[in-house]
Amino acid sequence: MFQYCAEPKTLEGLIWLSCYLTNEKHQLLYGSLGTVLLLMAIVAPVAMLFGFGGAVAARSHLLPVRLFGKGYTSMVRGIPDIIFFMFVPIALDQLFELIRHKIKCPDWTDAIWQGSDFVVCAEAKLPLSTSPQYVHEIYGFSLAVLAFSIVFGAFAANVLYGAMQAVPRAQLETAEAYGMTRRQAFRRVLVPQMWVFALPGLSNLWMILIKATPLLFLLGVEDIVYWAKELGGSKTSQFAYPHPDWRLFYFMALLVYYLSMTRLSEIVLGRLSQRLSRGQATFAGEQQRKAAR
Amino acid sequence: MNQLILSTAALALTAGMAMAETVRLGTEGAYPPYNFINDAGEVDGFERVLGDELCKRAELTCEWVTNEWDSIIPNLVSGNYDVIIAGMSITDERDKVIDFSQNYIPPATSAYLALSADTDLKSGPVAAQTATIQAGYIAEQGMTLAEYATPDETVAAVRNGEAVAVFADKDFLVPIAEESNGELVFTGDEPSLGGGVGLGIRESDTELKDKFNAAIQSMKDDGSLNALITEWFGDKALLF
Amino acid sequence: MSCWDTLLQYGLRAVGIGENLLPKTDFTLCQHVVLIGSGLIWNIYFGVLALIFGFFLANALALAKASANPLLRKPAEWFIFVFRGSPLFIQFFLFYETFVLLPRTGIEIPLGFTTITLATSWLTKAWAGALIVLFLNTSAYTGEIFYGALRSVPKGDLEAADAYGMHGWRKFRRVIWPTMMRLAWPAYTNEAIFMFHATTLVYFSGFPAFSQMGDSLYYATYFASKTFNPFIAYPVIAAYFICLTMLVIFSYGLVNTYLNRHLPQNMRTKIRLRPQVIR
Repeated sequence: MFQYCAEPKTLEGLIWLSCYLTNEKHQLLYGSLGTVLLLMAIVAPVAMLFGFGGAVAARSHLLPVRLFGKGYTSMVRGIPDIIFFMFVPIALDQLFELIRHKIKCPDWTDAIWQGSDFVVCAEAKLPLSTSPQYVHEIYGFSLAVLAFSIVFGAFAANVLYGAMQAVPRAQLETAEAYGMTRRQAFRRVLVPQMWVFALPGLSNLWMILIKATPLLFLLGVEDIVYWAKELGGSKTSQFAYPHPDWRLFYFMALLVYYLSMTRLSEIVLGRLSQRLSRGQATFAGEQQRKAAR
Repeated sequence: MNQLILSTAALALTAGMAMAETVRLGTEGAYPPYNFINDAGEVDGFERVLGDELCKRAELTCEWVTNEWDSIIPNLVSGNYDVIIAGMSITDERDKVIDFSQNYIPPATSAYLALSADTDLKSGPVAAQTATIQAGYIAEQGMTLAEYATPDETVAAVRNGEAVAVFADKDFLVPIAEESNGELVFTGDEPSLGGGVGLGIRESDTELKDKFNAAIQSMKDDGSLNALITEWFGDKALLF
Repeated sequence: MSCWDTLLQYGLRAVGIGENLLPKTDFTLCQHVVLIGSGLIWNIYFGVLALIFGFFLANALALAKASANPLLRKPAEWFIFVFRGSPLFIQFFLFYETFVLLPRTGIEIPLGFTTITLATSWLTKAWAGALIVLFLNTSAYTGEIFYGALRSVPKGDLEAADAYGMHGWRKFRRVIWPTMMRLAWPAYTNEAIFMFHATTLVYFSGFPAFSQMGDSLYYATYFASKTFNPFIAYPVIAAYFICLTMLVIFSYGLVNTYLNRHLPQNMRTKIRLRPQVIR
């Protein structure tokens, strides 16, 4: 990074530190902060979509759909999320390859499970073994995103289902009395009103998501926990910057990072909730009205 | 999936092979001097140099991928990479699941590193990395095994007194012992475990295995493998 | 070998009783069920003890946070913020790294007339160290729940207590605290469920497993990494946790019924399960 960093072993003190903290490996650490943010930016909307689907399914009049919805919303209550994170990506990976295998290689006669090997034809591999490295990286990251989205979708489905139930029944009955179909009443009356009820749950979910991101490490994505462990471990003089075990400092830094992330979110979400309550016929809206008078 | 990926494509493209097959090499990146992530954030070490050379000789395009140790075999099996090159000893147990190339490091000794030479190894936990032959050995010997996810943590456990000794490949421990200024010393016996270090390859990939076997053989024949071992592991290392 | 033999061999493996070596080849479904089940002992141990100890600290935290005295309020606020605002995963790492730095021989505390030595080495063992982290963590989450409940104790109840001439400790014990518990109980049930889920992180984050004694997830990953088949080990552990969750819901439901016993049927607070306290 800096000119004077060419010979790290000759440096001392703050200059050494400035070189150490800006070497390529640390830049990968700083880059991985972006990975975490990217994960959250993608998972949040996708999980909302899954959650909306799950909540609608749980309210369905068709029994199989309702059972599916109920099952999806309740799975996260019974089973620790870590188990999903360990299981879902491998299972999805094999499922995708199996489907592609059935489509692309219908003439394949060998067994797919040979002992412990999972063998599909070369054209069905995901990603193709000939694809460049970045495709593999993106695929790995996408599986992690999908696993997160499925788990957080189930959480979101819980919140949205609760919010839909919280919209007063009379509102829907009135809509139907006006001659709206169920579908119209759902779209025009229920959905616009449920967000106020859903916001506390959803903000809470966002905080949960922030705190769940270190689990990316368990999914094998090179996130900040991976780099903190890697950089913090003691280094012999084989490395340009030898040092003893510094993991404590690195994890301290991670703690500060996470605390500031959650604090910042708290402030932003607090403002948002105030904005949304303005003019609403709820307790908070009423308080704002009184305060303004 | 459990896949740690490094964007370091080792370009072993040689003239005359336009349509080279891409082979993905999976390593741990935390086991110096076998393999580690250097300060530039790239895979480095004995196996990096060896792997690049083998790929050149076998006329393959190789890419490097890192993966956590405890899931390194499952991810090979599920096809996330094609070869394990991570200081993995050849054992019967592993051989049931994957295939190994011929060894590129002769059957090496494992050793105990402790805070003092007269440490009683039975007196307390001995640290070893999860799912290594060393961990299995400690458990079978009836000693108390303390498992850690990375090699680095096993050494840290001895330094802070958590374990009485660390049991690992001697080649890995030698530089650590040398640089500890006498804090850490070797103790106990030095059993030879496993059948040397080899490349791990899926059982269904016989063609790839043959290619690498031929490449390793050619490096053994012309002496370049021995030269490489001496370069990375010092003069006392076992040679072919 | 029958499944009964396996149960005898490995039923208590997680606490170090039984066969020393884990199975290595030819894994049966029975071995999966028995070993993962034996690991569940640790999950229950961590969950139950952390919740019991955490309950008391949480009460103290809630009262401190509601206190007018900043000397009490500020520390409680910070404690709750730090433990609720950061991932449990990171807390485990940090505490483990801190515990191993403590001197092995113990800390000497001079008391003037004598010196007592505080043993520290047990802190780095999961049974104690991880329990402390889980205890502090659940205290913070529960403390916030109790604090919220404390603030929503109906004004009418307080006025009624005053009218009966109750004040101070008596008023708290007979009026405020029971209502606070009743209001907090549904949310606290959720906290308990996710506390048990969080115990699976113990052997994944710093604390080493000794002599291959670990929790249920430790054995599940052991099997998954040996058989390379995630489709048996993980569903088995999932089934165990579903049963555990049902048990938690049932036992907390009993307490909830007890807390609500004086209310008419339609006013009782129901336990609604919401994922609000995952870490």
